[in-house]
Amino acid sequence: MSLNPVLLSRLQFAWVIGWHILLPAFTVGVASSIALLEGLHLYTGREVYLRVSNFWIRIFAVAFGMGVVTGVVMPFQFGTNWSRLSDVAANVIGPLLAYEGLLAFFLEAGFLGVLLFGRTLVPPWAHFVAALMVAVGTLISSFWILAANSWMQTPAGYTIVDGRFYPADWGHVVFNPSFPYRLAHTVLAFFITSAFVVMGVGAYTIRHTRFADEGRVMVTTALSLLTMLVPLQVIAGDQHGLNTLQYQPAKIAAIEARWDTTSGFPLTLFAWPDEAAETNHYALDVPYLGSLILTHSRDGSIKGLKEFAPEERPPVPIVFFAFRIMVGAGVLMLVLIVAGCVLRGLGRLFTSDWYLRACQLAIPLGFLAVLAGWTVTEVGRQPWTVYGLLRTADSLTPSLSVPDVLVSLFLYGVAYLVIYPTGFLFMLRLVRNGPGEAQAVTKAPVQAGRPASPIQDLAPLPRPRGLP
Amino acid sequence: MTESVISFVGIWSSIIAAGVFLYVLLDGFDLWIGILYGFAADPGDRELMMNSIAPVWDGNETWLVFGGLALIAVFPLAFAIILPAVYFPILIMLVALAFRGVAFAFRFQDPGGRAFWDRAFHYGSLVATFAQGMVLGAFIQGFRVEGRQFAGGSFDFLTPFSVLTGVALVFGYALLGAGWLIMKTDGALQDWARRAGRVCLLVVLIGVVMVYVWTPLLEPTVARRWMSWPDVLFQVPVALLTVAACLWEWRVLGGSKDAAPFAVAITLFLLSYLGLAISLWPMVVPYHFTLWQAASSPSTQAFLLVGTLFMLPVILMYSGWSYWVFRGKVRRDLGYH
Repeated sequence: MSLNPVLLSRLQFAWVIGWHILLPAFTVGVASSIALLEGLHLYTGREVYLRVSNFWIRIFAVAFGMGVVTGVVMPFQFGTNWSRLSDVAANVIGPLLAYEGLLAFFLEAGFLGVLLFGRTLVPPWAHFVAALMVAVGTLISSFWILAANSWMQTPAGYTIVDGRFYPADWGHVVFNPSFPYRLAHTVLAFFITSAFVVMGVGAYTIRHTRFADEGRVMVTTALSLLTMLVPLQVIAGDQHGLNTLQYQPAKIAAIEARWDTTSGFPLTLFAWPDEAAETNHYALDVPYLGSLILTHSRDGSIKGLKEFAPEERPPVPIVFFAFRIMVGAGVLMLVLIVAGCVLRGLGRLFTSDWYLRACQLAIPLGFLAVLAGWTVTEVGRQPWTVYGLLRTADSLTPSLSVPDVLVSLFLYGVAYLVIYPTGFLFMLRLVRNGPGEAQAVTKAPVQAGRPASPIQDLAPLPRPRGLP
Repeated sequence: MTESVISFVGIWSSIIAAGVFLYVLLDGFDLWIGILYGFAADPGDRELMMNSIAPVWDGNETWLVFGGLALIAVFPLAFAIILPAVYFPILIMLVALAFRGVAFAFRFQDPGGRAFWDRAFHYGSLVATFAQGMVLGAFIQGFRVEGRQFAGGSFDFLTPFSVLTGVALVFGYALLGAGWLIMKTDGALQDWARRAGRVCLLVVLIGVVMVYVWTPLLEPTVARRWMSWPDVLFQVPVALLTVAACLWEWRVLGGSKDAAPFAVAITLFLLSYLGLAISLWPMVVPYHFTLWQAASSPSTQAFLLVGTLFMLPVILMYSGWSYWVFRGKVRRDLGYH
């Protein structure tokens, strides 16, 4: 594949969205946890909830700042690199994106200041409301951005006039066929991701700091939540898969690397899909399992890739492997949860050092699954931006040249490689410092950045140099 | 085109124009502090300056996002033509804003790397402002368009004119900032701010005059507008008022009133904005598409308008509440000094 503006712009989009999605994957769940902890503290008055909440607020502050600046980049991509998509589809997806800003971004940003710095300035209930609003904001944000994404996957409620999409029925546009499934699957994934982070950080806190009480609160709440959410996610994932089979059969064929249409087909655990030869090498198959999972029947059949013209197939190996990484991460999660429940039943959850260590190692699992899942759904949509209707190659800004996109890709590359590792190290440091004392916490509400009194009048500055 | 479409376009133009102006005022203020930040030597003062905007900066930046998103939804054709035309200024602005934004949290996390994040904050603000000024210049000078797409090159934006608007905006934001400092401080620093304000004002005045003279030369459409009756009825008063505001600002900068320089600076911004709007009206893609030609379908506009009319007052209310919470803090701390 030679360098062309389409490929480079796709790489750029993958780069900026790939880094960005890690933050909502984390902040959506953490915002709700903070709101829950604030509520528990308000209701029970127990100090431990306050300490744990403040600990997570400090980490949240760093993550949210990164999420904002990388999020601002996203809408502009539609204009700078994908202007033809904007021209053709904005009548339909434009308001969905705008509603995200209107209903979510302002809500988050408006209450974030109070959540981070306002503990001593507002009554406790108002601080709880601020936490709740930030959490609600993250969920509303997920709703609208996934509505827009789902519409591009399974367009509905539109008419086409002069080669451009126009809205016909907003209900069908927003609640398009894949939206409920994608929303459930993605938001569950976000909650699970943050719950694994909380559990791993709690395990670290128990093992390495003097704040074992706080660590135990984190591990038990996260484990309880995960015990419900992970099995739920298995069901949601299955349902989402069936929905995809109905509306995007080529994606499913690529996920399973099924080249021929056969009934009673196997589940391919591993293989090396060969697009040129239209076959799999080194395949490890489980007979009939594919049919059982996808059609819920032993002799069911799905369309093979050969039924689609080569220029209408997604890149098979990427989709195939990304799906296996996602499912593999999910299986590991399930094993960890079962083990955790057993240990909890035996009363040995906090004394099994190996398990706590495993929880620490599992921190990246959710992020890995989210990235892999996102890759499956986005690469699996190719070669379309609006599925079956608008090709990715026809969505690109026509004026872009290869050097243009190389320069922008390089700049985004450098910027994110500076910002992300730095932010990650700061969050690690906050974890290492542990939850801290309640006393210190109330005096300095957010050490994550900002001292106790965020606004003060400017004391007279020394006479600045370099200007008259 | 039906009556209802026309009225939606009017409302939407006002909402977006107000949103952009709000962004310029609010984030311009943040950006100005970032620009001035590099000139403050004392770390304690730097901390105060940064902390004064820490709780509100991302709310302010949200107006930029809202402007962009509303443009996609309401004037998609403008979005699809203008953004490719300003590919590099937008890129530079976004990367600069990214460094500016994370500097808030990172600077306090990392005493060892503080010097780096200080510079990120200062240069991020400076470069983002300059890039915004260049976008403005590129917008005024117009774009090459074929059909419904930008047909020029990615460096078309870079002209002496857009560099001029970039510089002018940097000094314009600095003028707003000087006004704010005068209001908030006294003694040697206030004297410095008054002198610095006059320097900024001179540069802004030269910039505004050059833009006024240059724009009709760049574009015959604007020249016709300037010479034709009755448009001249709108344009001349605004130009005269702008000059009057400049003179007034010069006077209050040298006077003794503390709040006046800030208030007049805002008026000056508003007048320049208005003058620009009158010169370009009703173009949204100068000089190819009007607001009406670039507008999305009535159904699209209506669908978004319902929520917007409901939400904007709510947003202003809770944003105001957030400002108010922290405003209280200013007074209390003032008492302790």
